[in-house]
Amino acid sequence: MVKIHERKFVSVDPEKCVGCQVCEYACSFSKEKAFNPLKSRIRVVRVHQLANMAVTCRLCEEPACVAACPRDALTQSKETGTIVLDKDKCNGCGWCIEACDYGAMMIHPETKVVYVCDLCKDNPEGPQCVKWCPEEAITLVTSDVLAQKARISAIRKLLQEKEDKP
Amino acid sequence: MLGYAGRILYIDLTTGKTRTEKLSEDDAKKYVGGIGLGMKLYLSNSKAGVDPLGPENPLVLALGPVSGTMFPTGGNGHAFISKSPETGGVGEAVSHGTFGAELKRAGYDAVVLLGKAERPVYLWIDDDAIQLLDASNVWGKSPFETEDAIKAELGDYYVRVSSIGLAGEKLSKIACIINEKTRAAGRTGLGAVMGSKNLKAIAVRGTNDIVVAKPQEFIEMVKEFHERMKGPAAQKYRTLGTSGDILVQNALFCLPTRNGNNAHFENAERVSGEALNERYIAKIIACNSCAMRCEHEAVVHDGPYKGTLARMEYDNIWALGPNCGVDKLDAIIKAAELCNYYGLDATSTGVTISFLMDCHEMGILNHDELGGIDAHFGNEEALIQLVEKIGKREGIGDLLADGVKVAAEKIGKNSMQLAQQIKGLEVPGYDLRCLKTTALSFAVSFRGADHNRSGAYSMELKGKVDRLKAEKGRGKLVKDAEDIYTLLDSLIICKNAKGTLYKKLEEMAKLYTLVTGMDMTAEQIGVAAERITTLAKLINVREGFSRKDDTLPWKVMNQPITDEGPAKGAVVTQEELDLLLDDYYQARGWNVEGIPTKDTLRQLDLQDYQSIIHGKEA
Repeated sequence: MVKIHERKFVSVDPEKCVGCQVCEYACSFSKEKAFNPLKSRIRVVRVHQLANMAVTCRLCEEPACVAACPRDALTQSKETGTIVLDKDKCNGCGWCIEACDYGAMMIHPETKVVYVCDLCKDNPEGPQCVKWCPEEAITLVTSDVLAQKARISAIRKLLQEKEDKP
Repeated sequence: MLGYAGRILYIDLTTGKTRTEKLSEDDAKKYVGGIGLGMKLYLSNSKAGVDPLGPENPLVLALGPVSGTMFPTGGNGHAFISKSPETGGVGEAVSHGTFGAELKRAGYDAVVLLGKAERPVYLWIDDDAIQLLDASNVWGKSPFETEDAIKAELGDYYVRVSSIGLAGEKLSKIACIINEKTRAAGRTGLGAVMGSKNLKAIAVRGTNDIVVAKPQEFIEMVKEFHERMKGPAAQKYRTLGTSGDILVQNALFCLPTRNGNNAHFENAERVSGEALNERYIAKIIACNSCAMRCEHEAVVHDGPYKGTLARMEYDNIWALGPNCGVDKLDAIIKAAELCNYYGLDATSTGVTISFLMDCHEMGILNHDELGGIDAHFGNEEALIQLVEKIGKREGIGDLLADGVKVAAEKIGKNSMQLAQQIKGLEVPGYDLRCLKTTALSFAVSFRGADHNRSGAYSMELKGKVDRLKAEKGRGKLVKDAEDIYTLLDSLIICKNAKGTLYKKLEEMAKLYTLVTGMDMTAEQIGVAAERITTLAKLINVREGFSRKDDTLPWKVMNQPITDEGPAKGAVVTQEELDLLLDDYYQARGWNVEGIPTKDTLRQLDLQDYQSIIHGKEA
């Protein structure tokens, strides 16, 4: 079994994200053989010209979606941390959508049951959004690596500021 | 016929009735999409001589077969087509973003807007459900505010909106149509056409799948273009952006300055792409499906214009900066933001203001006639006041709001000599006196003075031809360059991505085939480009255009460049223009009057339109 801190999830750097929606197309094409953002597991939001960000499942450690499901249709994979759906149990009630803080849970427009990022588990190339992002804004990381990156960039910024000040 | 949605939506704004028609395979293949399909639909739904701002003038919104797919920059475009209130001929303007992709997913290749709504409305296309909704609460608002208000009213963030500002409502002939806050279908005044229909906005939500005929080969092609977009063909756009051309053109003495009185701006460094990027660019963002993002968002952090945000390109910096003698970037960004706020084409607005400044300096208009505005070249406060006045059609702004040609006609006193326009459309930032192939391309452009009909300037800036020479062979060069641009506007692919199409016709034909499943060869798509350009010409011929209209601004032909430098003394003479026009018409298969011949119509499968040239062939 994989240790919890080794679990990788799809992370997006808002500094690098330009809002191009290539990830949405890559996802829907890879999963559904169609170009349609409504069928993408990752969604792009541009709240302002300067604020662009793609969002998908973060594989929370205590996933609220799983806890919220009244029909026990959702479980978290112990191995990868992804949210797994039992299609027969899901009736599309949407409690998980309300529970998720990130908007990662969605109802599929055709199957009418929940769908969510599964890290492209069946694709040997791994997550297609990571592969296709032209800005390399999307990475598959562990929470440890994410924290490392944040530390390094914080220290760099701090030192830079010191250098800038005479 | 994949790629295409296969449906055309007709909306009669007078009666509120809507209907859809099938897109025929024949039309799809002959006119490709975008401006090609749009002009075909325009011609079929309009009569000669209509008032561009009357209810009988249709406004067409058209997509390309690639719209809605993942092809980088190809997925995201849309085009507006109508009779231009500025030129009286065919008007078209292309914009990118996400709006086009959304409309394709709603299931339409084109929307034909007919008639005029009784009161301000906006059109809400929600897949198959079409509604005209009350727009009274957004009337008078900016496109930016309108978009937010409509999204809030419809309760859906993913609704995409194209709208007009106050300028379009007030029928300013230099009004544009703005989508997603910073993208404009800018030229030829189609915002006024929309305003004349009492149509404030078009809101779209589309939920259908877009599938292509050959998915595996298509995705391989997409992958290849993603790679190319990381390379040199896209570098300019990815780094400095188009504003990098300010210093390039200044060095070549082809940066029109102070309404074309100079070809070189002494303070160009202050308004350069380099200065812009260093001090103001906060973020570069992308349109839908793009892998080479180029949209440079400038933010002013301090000073009198603190908090200003605008997308900056070569064109709006030039028009509102050097062209008006203004060397303060923060003020230029403010003026650009105001153009977006009122929904004005920044190029036409800048050229109209520089014209007024020229009139003032030449003593044609005095201080009182200007309503007290100190409209001297270089006065950035006057620039900003004038954009406001034009946007509101207030005071002197009323004189200017219909562009430079109308203003010169009203002012008289030889002011037309100062009007930098062709066919009524303001000349963008290229000094045509020392770019003679570009001059030809501007003269013959069916939508009036315009660099985006051929990109001929590119070969001259890069030194591929002698830019100071007018010689035989340039006609064919312009024709071929136009054909490529016509296809970019029909498929629709972004012009900034043109360099990534290494084998132009061949790759465009391949893309078409992979998306639609209909075989298309390089030769066939080349013929389609010729057909579309000739169709545009036929619309103009129907409106009475001929050789006399393919001309150049007075200054370009009568006022040689005076600046010391490589272009000193350059001017385009009537003899040179005649030589170039003859050469171009011949390359196009048009007669000396610039009228397509019967033979050419037959070769291009345009026989149906023979009545247009009837009696004009001799």
